[in-house]
Amino acid sequence: MSVVVNREKCTGCEECLSSCPFDAIVIKEGRAFINEYCQACMACLSVCPEGAILEIEEDKLTATDIQDFKGIWIFAEQRAGKVASVAFELLGVGRKLADKLGVELSAILFGSSESEAEELIKWGADRVYLSKDKIFERFNDEPYARLLSSLIRKHRPEIVLAGATPIGRSFIPRVAVRLRTGLTADCTALETDKETKNLLQIRPAFGGNIMATIMCPNTRPQMATVRPRVMKRGQYNENKAGEIIQVSADNISSRTKVVDSIKETSTVNLQEADIIVSGGRGLGDPKGFKLLEELAELLGGAVGASRATVDEGWIPYSHQVGQTGKTVCPKIYFACGISGAVQHLVGMQSSDVIIAINKNPDAPIFNVATYGIIGDLYEIVPLLIKKIKEIKEHGEAK
Amino acid sequence: MKIVVCIKQVPETAEVKINPETWTLIRDGVTSIINPFDMHAIEAGIQIKERGSGKVTVITMGPPQAETALREAIAMGADDAILLSDKAFAGSDTLSTSFILSRAISKLSPDMIICGKQAIDGDTAQVGPEIAESLNMPHISYIRKIEDISENSIRVQRLMEDGYDIVESSLPVLLTVVKELNEPRLPSLKGKMAAKKAEIKKWGPSDIEADENRIGLKGSPTQVKKIFTPEVRKDKKMIEGNPEEQVNNLIQELRRLKCL
Repeated sequence: MSVVVNREKCTGCEECLSSCPFDAIVIKEGRAFINEYCQACMACLSVCPEGAILEIEEDKLTATDIQDFKGIWIFAEQRAGKVASVAFELLGVGRKLADKLGVELSAILFGSSESEAEELIKWGADRVYLSKDKIFERFNDEPYARLLSSLIRKHRPEIVLAGATPIGRSFIPRVAVRLRTGLTADCTALETDKETKNLLQIRPAFGGNIMATIMCPNTRPQMATVRPRVMKRGQYNENKAGEIIQVSADNISSRTKVVDSIKETSTVNLQEADIIVSGGRGLGDPKGFKLLEELAELLGGAVGASRATVDEGWIPYSHQVGQTGKTVCPKIYFACGISGAVQHLVGMQSSDVIIAINKNPDAPIFNVATYGIIGDLYEIVPLLIKKIKEIKEHGEAK
Repeated sequence: MKIVVCIKQVPETAEVKINPETWTLIRDGVTSIINPFDMHAIEAGIQIKERGSGKVTVITMGPPQAETALREAIAMGADDAILLSDKAFAGSDTLSTSFILSRAISKLSPDMIICGKQAIDGDTAQVGPEIAESLNMPHISYIRKIEDISENSIRVQRLMEDGYDIVESSLPVLLTVVKELNEPRLPSLKGKMAAKKAEIKKWGPSDIEADENRIGLKGSPTQVKKIFTPEVRKDKKMIEGNPEEQVNNLIQELRRLKCL
């Protein structure tokens, strides 16, 4: 159900304004206008002396309607105006899906610039919808959700993908509710069904102990957030042409306001690191992290930690990997002195390569490790640091 | 200040196995707990109540045994509890779950709704923001600190990838919280007594006037097509020898991986 005003009948008497509990009615050009705050509560219907406010049945999607939805969209999030790397990964998988289905690939970019939009085209987008409105410079859920859903309503893409980042996972659910369609969180693989062409959305559940394939067969668009660092970027083509369509954000407001953004220099971004060197209770001492920091720095990686070390106060929570910390999937994960409780494993077991160093040969971490080293980390890690330094200086270890 | 805290009962460990014949989860012998992130949501609600005045209502949707989770929340200090339990709710995905919860919550007209950032079984983090949208309410995710609350506004710290944002919002608002926010308290003796005696309200579809087409399987646009166990690593290798040999060996592997 939705509520509309018959503009022929409306006299602009303003009787309805105070009846609305959601402040969803405004007077525009002398007529009442119902904006997107409307919750279809119908309170205004009986108030109107002219009978100009009506409820209408919302269109239900039929099989032919579903055919009307065409094209793949990816939401390209930006931070401080710069497109985040996850957007290029989405273009990689989006391009593949678009080519398979024979449709176009569009990127949505809010609060950024033409030069960034050009980059998205070179990375595979056929079209970029760009809004340079100031309201999008910093991330607030409501305006992002409003503009994206109204663009989707207007242009009807069949698939919408966003990064499973703090931004994507926070506002995309609002878009799904506004469009009353399905949303699958944190996908690690996307395929299409051979017969129906439906999107097959594959995601881990129960901390990666099981995988599930999810479909959204009867509503459109099919929406998913995609785990960063899992999908491969596509081909960069300097000469690729594409279209940039400017989008305005009129009448969009926000009830939340970002007052300030504080970068924490001490915390490396674990979810974006290629290499993570993590420590557990086996370090025995907070000073152990100094050693791990040295190794991480040499390899250009970040330092992670098990819950036990965070609870001991050896290292801040922002480093915690696992069920109640961060889920990571770097190229290489070093687990030093981490026994491998299941709560830790669920946060890192999808890493490409896991290197476990532990004194205890029965430690469960060895069950998920690519390379296992049974030994004292205080012997192994310093030796490893020494040899890496030698390689960096002389090109060869002694 | 009227506060509603949404909680979920989940299996205790993430070590859940699949029955290979029926593709269903084997939950036997696995104890149920309140989702760990929701414990921080309950604690946040109680702390806000203690700072001023107000009432904390906990709400959950789940099978009848989810009542245990609600009683645990009352033992911690929540005042009131509602259990949404009905066969018609079964099979709900995040869209219909958030619809059901929002219908129930709208009857309570709260100033604030608090949820854990995600549940450890489904890991979607979607239901909180979806409730907010269904109620036409702003929301802020990943709250690590509540800096200030007044009668009609709030200022919080929102955890982001590379730091945090300071975000202000009008009330009512929905917050999803991370572990860093607080340390959940243990139930007091008085709380345990209250939990024992507490009357848990049980609501079904008619109590929340929910359209049957929008709940349960019927109201869920997403469908689980297949559940399978992930592939195990095939390339496992133990690196043997004395520390010198082990490190040399590891260096070789790191070079092969182009890490060096």
